[in-house]
Amino acid sequence: MDGECAGGGRGAGPGGGESGGDARRSRMAILAKARLNELEAACADLDAWPAYRLVRPPETGAVMVRGRISGSGAPFSFGEITVTRCTIALDDATSGATVTGTAYIAGTSTRHAELAAVFDALFQLPGEQGHALAHRITAPLAAAQAKRRRDAARAVAATQVHFFTMARGD
Amino acid sequence: MYVAVKGGTRAIDQAHRLLAKARRGDPAVPELGLDQIDHQLGLAVDRVMAEGSLYDRRLAALAIKQAAGDLVEAIFLLRAFRTTLVRFGASVPIDTAAMAVDRRISAAFKDLPGGQLLGATFDYTHRLLDFALAATAPSATERPDQAETPTGGAAAEPLSRVADLLGRDGLIEAAPAPGAAEVGDLTRDPLALPAGRDLRLQALARADEGFLLGLAYSTQRGFGASHPFAGEIRRGTVEVEFEPEELGFPVVIGEIAVTEVDMINQYAGSAETPPQFTRGYGLTFGHGERKAIAMALVDRALRARELGEPVTAPAQDEEFVLIHGDAVEASGFVQHLKLPHYVDFQAELDLLRRLRRDWPATPHGDPVGDPEMAVP
Repeated sequence: MDGECAGGGRGAGPGGGESGGDARRSRMAILAKARLNELEAACADLDAWPAYRLVRPPETGAVMVRGRISGSGAPFSFGEITVTRCTIALDDATSGATVTGTAYIAGTSTRHAELAAVFDALFQLPGEQGHALAHRITAPLAAAQAKRRRDAARAVAATQVHFFTMARGD
Repeated sequence: MYVAVKGGTRAIDQAHRLLAKARRGDPAVPELGLDQIDHQLGLAVDRVMAEGSLYDRRLAALAIKQAAGDLVEAIFLLRAFRTTLVRFGASVPIDTAAMAVDRRISAAFKDLPGGQLLGATFDYTHRLLDFALAATAPSATERPDQAETPTGGAAAEPLSRVADLLGRDGLIEAAPAPGAAEVGDLTRDPLALPAGRDLRLQALARADEGFLLGLAYSTQRGFGASHPFAGEIRRGTVEVEFEPEELGFPVVIGEIAVTEVDMINQYAGSAETPPQFTRGYGLTFGHGERKAIAMALVDRALRARELGEPVTAPAQDEEFVLIHGDAVEASGFVQHLKLPHYVDFQAELDLLRRLRRDWPATPHGDPVGDPEMAVP
């Protein structure tokens, strides 16, 4: 599945079960890799845009991307990437609980980070509502990402070399 | 004596206005958009991100526009911007084995698992100017085929590495295991020599492509020869994961395009190690195959001391390579010669006059020092 994180096993986060944390990671990856216009469309798909507080307003910074020597060896500092982060909080009307949503998104789009943080919070709403919403919103985003990746891979596959050997003499 | 000279302010201001005008060019020609630079001059964007050492396509495109296409100037702009950013931390190391490849070739093995995938490449083009591209009307390009079965990472399992095939028989050295030491970062601590391989690779990844290309070429021509084969060149996208403190687990923040080169080199072995292939590694942001190959050659050359080889050539000399390879530093120091050196030069002139006056009575006068070092 496209949205799954490679190289997992670092453990799920606190506040959720093992599978709950992994599900959140997977959804956050989908939100990060979504295009901004797709997220805007997903907003329009909600019944109502929730009221929320900015715990940490969108802020752009950098993360040092690390590589590994020869691809699999000791890590090294490869180069930085711009990242925009945002944290929001919203109150669940039914349970009264406060849910925190967080986003770290490559690039400088404060809008992308804020929308992703809001969705991250909405998806964590207790009970069935968060779960159902997560599925409804992320499934088409993940499908679009998988399709983009598949289409690109099919175009590359057409450039695969098929060697053949000419028999010479008798 | 130090004489402050003023009076340039107005001239500088006008020069900047003239620069803006020159950058824009003929106003009758439509202005370039950042999207156009990103999508139609994408390899320039890649180079600016790689040497600017900051992955952000939009900002790199802006830098190229502002620099009127002077890529070294654009790299400088991106580096300067980078210093304004808060550092959130370091990513989980990227996993290039899981790359969604858009190109993957090996010059060492013909029939490698997953096959040779050419992808979009200038290789095998005839290097003839295509006048169809000069037409202003949209040119009719042939649509590339789509294969039935996707490959290259979108398939269920990622492509195996060439080095892993050789590694099974112990024919090639293993990638160095992570040590206990903290990962070096020359943007945090000044580069000290001798540098570990982590810092060398960081410096090479940021280094000027032309400088590395020339050095790599010199190793092929015999200045520290290392008999390389392109074991594997792969290019594509990888996810970047970062673990925010407040979450306590890593999250994907996005995807980046990278080019990776695993170069295979001869090695005769030593008392401890049987003969086996050694490796040089190249990694760049974006599509940077030429740079990544050059980087892998120079990385291997810089391992001379570690592998007990004689250090005889410039490409094997850590100080020579690492201190002189950065385009921003090099262009800064070379170009500072444009700045006023009036007082220094006056001192030189006086000295020369004195020498001439005394000549030929004392033919061996004091050697003339570096004007930089001479305090007026």
